[in-house]
Amino acid sequence: MAEPVPAAPAPADPWRGRLAAYRALLGAQARSQAAYRTSFVVDLVGNVGATLFDVLTVLVIFGVTRELGGFTLRETLVVVGLSAFAFATADLLIGNIERLPRYVRTGLFDAVLVRPLGALPQLVLMDLPVRKVSRALFGLAVLVFAVGSAGIDWTPGRVALLVVAPLAAVVFFGSVFVATATISFYWIDSAELANSVTYGGRDFTSYPVTVYGGWFRALFAYGMGFAFVSYHPALALLGRADPLGLPAWVGWASPGVALVAAGVAAAAWRVGIRHYRSTGS
Amino acid sequence: MALLRMEGNGVGSVTATVPLPTSTNVILWFRTFGAIAASGFRRYATYRQAAVAGVVTNTVFGFLRCYVLLAAAGAAGSVGGYDRAQLATFVWVGQGLLAVILLWGWTDLADRIRTGEVAADLLRPVHPVTSYLATDLGRAGWAAVTRLLPPVLTGPLFFDVYLPRRPATPALFVVSVLIAVVLCFGCRYLVNATAYWLHDVRGPMILWTLGAGVLAGLYFPLRFLPDPVLVPLWLLTPFPSLLQTPLDVLVERDPAATQLTLVGLQLGWAVALLALCRLVQRRAERRMVVQGG
Repeated sequence: MAEPVPAAPAPADPWRGRLAAYRALLGAQARSQAAYRTSFVVDLVGNVGATLFDVLTVLVIFGVTRELGGFTLRETLVVVGLSAFAFATADLLIGNIERLPRYVRTGLFDAVLVRPLGALPQLVLMDLPVRKVSRALFGLAVLVFAVGSAGIDWTPGRVALLVVAPLAAVVFFGSVFVATATISFYWIDSAELANSVTYGGRDFTSYPVTVYGGWFRALFAYGMGFAFVSYHPALALLGRADPLGLPAWVGWASPGVALVAAGVAAAAWRVGIRHYRSTGS
Repeated sequence: MALLRMEGNGVGSVTATVPLPTSTNVILWFRTFGAIAASGFRRYATYRQAAVAGVVTNTVFGFLRCYVLLAAAGAAGSVGGYDRAQLATFVWVGQGLLAVILLWGWTDLADRIRTGEVAADLLRPVHPVTSYLATDLGRAGWAAVTRLLPPVLTGPLFFDVYLPRRPATPALFVVSVLIAVVLCFGCRYLVNATAYWLHDVRGPMILWTLGAGVLAGLYFPLRFLPDPVLVPLWLLTPFPSLLQTPLDVLVERDPAATQLTLVGLQLGWAVALLALCRLVQRRAERRMVVQGG
């Protein structure tokens, strides 16, 4: 994707405190993105389009089949909504960490490291893609529509789950973004490799895991934990038993899984940064 | 006549769209074209890590899409006119073709326009559309080896795939892929060329990335769509000719006559888009001002 080299962030002034420095980074980024006004508007629309097409794909597939992996369209849309909202929000907040390979390759990461601010928050704020706000909002709309039309039997527990599960899923996707980005500390041309887990995870979580089979399902759903993003919370919301036989409380496990994922991602980031050696360019 | 105004350094009417004496020699033209294509092949052959990473990604998405489409086929065993084996072939070959036609991620021309380096391309005695096309064919050759083969070989290990039964199909498939590469190049060139007017091509690029993926048949076979949507899409836009046509040819979705018609339509689009590329390039050169020297 053609994205201009980000504007050089305002130099961090050690006397003004970290918060001001971060705010300056964010402000510079917002201004540079809005500089090309037409492109910014197309960006806003285009980012909605990405999620729109994901939803459209589900609708088209349900146009030619009644059920998918034992789930109806209404039930599947709850899965889609959880996944779409969580991925878009994580992508907005942390997703641009996926540009780390470019920073490592061009040596810009050296500049980030010598500044008296945390490397991860800098990278995130330097590039915070304001244009992706539209997509997160659209994801939220899909989620709201889906749970509204799925005929859910609301209990206080389910209302709480509806709040907690999407947030846990955001944390989970954010952790996946950070963890996969660290590969670039070892393997510079790894951008696409990370995509297979981040965007692959998004696609995986857009359908009930009963759709998949064999070791592939075991690896993505439980090995990496993607089943807890949307599938199990959706089962708990819908009050359906898991066709694969896991107990009902698993639907509530997503915050725990998200915390574990965040821990793994933080550890991977620390180890990765220590391993980092400048490309020297 | 198109003029490239290089203000400030006195170069008057040097332009790539005026045929120079060298390009009238057909043999020499082919030799030049071949040399540029070979250099394109070599250039992309240096990105080995990227090729491996790309193959892994295509393979993961191969599994994802294959499982979803097979689930759609369900117990009935067929959907949209494809049986399970045809769906598997459609998905896995599609994942490979994606990199051969290079649907996404080509911003070479736009970057050179933004930085002004495109001025150097215009000074060469080869038309820019021709030289970029040659490079792209070389790139596609490299991708056919490194990006198409792995998913095509991986798919059959895990799924029952469909192998063509008519003797003419493999040859027609190769022709169709070749046309798809040229057509996709034309589309990408036009999207990139908007940089002559817009400077920042992020917007058009996003629209292209979104539109091309879904309308070319990557996310789901376009035959899933109802006819009132499908027919105009196929006839009036180049998108289905990018992926859906070669894949439908390979899995023999239609009788031989229909296959030929679809490939003919594809060829028409490719010729039209290349002509449009040259037209756009000429218009761009007429208004372009290269700053500095």
